[in-house]
Amino acid sequence: MDNLKVLVVDDEAGIRFGVTRVLQSFRVRVPESEADVGFAISQAESGEDGVAYLKENPVDILLLDHKLPGMSGLEVLEWVAAEPRDWLTVMITAYATIETAVSATKRGAYDFLAKPFTPEELKATIAKTARHLLLQREAKRLAEEKRQVRFQFISVLAHELKAPLAAVEGYLQLLRDRVVDPASPKAGEVLGRSLERIEGMRKLIVDILDLTRIESGQKRRELVEVDVREIAVRAIETSTPAARNRQITVNLVGPERVLLHADPGEIEIIFNNLVSNAVKYNREGGQVEVRLSEVGDQVRIAVADTGIGMSPEEVKLLFGEFVRIKNAKTRSIQGSGLGLSILKKLAMLYGGEVGVDSTPEVGTTFTVTLQRQ
Amino acid sequence: MTTLPRTILVVDDNPDFLEQMKLQLEAGGFATVTAESAAQARELVVSTGFDLAICDLMMEHADSGFGLAHAIKRKDPRIPVIMVTAVASEAGIAFDAASKGERAWAGADVILDKPVRFEQLIREINRLLKLNA
Repeated sequence: MDNLKVLVVDDEAGIRFGVTRVLQSFRVRVPESEADVGFAISQAESGEDGVAYLKENPVDILLLDHKLPGMSGLEVLEWVAAEPRDWLTVMITAYATIETAVSATKRGAYDFLAKPFTPEELKATIAKTARHLLLQREAKRLAEEKRQVRFQFISVLAHELKAPLAAVEGYLQLLRDRVVDPASPKAGEVLGRSLERIEGMRKLIVDILDLTRIESGQKRRELVEVDVREIAVRAIETSTPAARNRQITVNLVGPERVLLHADPGEIEIIFNNLVSNAVKYNREGGQVEVRLSEVGDQVRIAVADTGIGMSPEEVKLLFGEFVRIKNAKTRSIQGSGLGLSILKKLAMLYGGEVGVDSTPEVGTTFTVTLQRQ
Repeated sequence: MTTLPRTILVVDDNPDFLEQMKLQLEAGGFATVTAESAAQARELVVSTGFDLAICDLMMEHADSGFGLAHAIKRKDPRIPVIMVTAVASEAGIAFDAASKGERAWAGADVILDKPVRFEQLIREINRLLKLNA
């Protein structure tokens, strides 16, 4: 890590050189990291020089004397307050009166150092200031990163909704303009396609709502004793029409009862995602096997299909938001691209994880482990 | 005197857009052949006859349409190619190929922005096929 840049503004040469000597060889452990950080010190003799330096150079910590000839320390602070600054100020005061402390704090000083101070007092103050600064910057960086991720999410989401919307709009215009005769069988087909797109949008919105509720922690969790098997049976029933359409058989194996302290709604989302994926990405006449087991204090759910499978490269992409594996075989399969992202976040709520094992043309097995609390 | 309907090859990886183009063109009295990828279209270029092609620019790759247009022009330089692109509406970039030289480089006779206005498309088709609208 780069040295933190310290500017010491004091008209007393003894203070400037003393501070420089003490801090040159001083290092501070960086919070929440194995690294430590050193200091590079610059000096200014007056408030005017200090401001001139600050205008031109990046500074991390400003050590500012309160009593300066000409522009005073408080006037420097006033100037600082008007600047978009990313440094912390420590005031050096000869008379540490409450009055000066209050007015300096009001103007944005982070801490005080009363003259005369020992090297240890200087080090303790600088260490505290450096840690605070680094934590503050890290928090800012994380917030910015989060903002970027949100922004990206929203722009992809908008795109994902715009495409089906444009499709429906196009179909309706064809009917309105009598390009397709509303009384013809073709009109039924056009309406069918429109409804399919609307259904896709609806599913996407439901997934988004699930995801944002899980992420924000606003979804009220109702933890009760649930029989995981019972929920598995229901999820299988839900996907039966889609499975039957393509002659896919779905089997359930495992103990008669698998109890878990959990939110039934969350477990249902997990099973619905797993089973509907196993049906969607299966081949015609294929099989889906839902296996339940209890290993130690974990409940394990495995859903295996005999479908198109994925290459190792495709598996790596799998858990990203809006990631849908696009190739000739998946072209006609609909999905929001959020299902697995939801699955992973839910598994994490149960201290568990999602595993995947896949072979192209053979099939894929997803395994979700849930920790018994 | 009756003339056979002119056949138009339509290539777009968006199945809805493709279907809508097909319905519009057929309602306008044209016959259509369609492809959902540049690769599929290349096979049709070899195996099928058509009088004009409408290609999406961005399919498998950002410039799939260019390669396809070149393949069509190599088969028969007289077949007009209309390139449609969502570049402008998606990226906010004006796809500037106004001069004849630039369009020739792209392999297209006309470049239209998505969403395509159908009356304009029909006008361009009639002009390129020298039909009387």
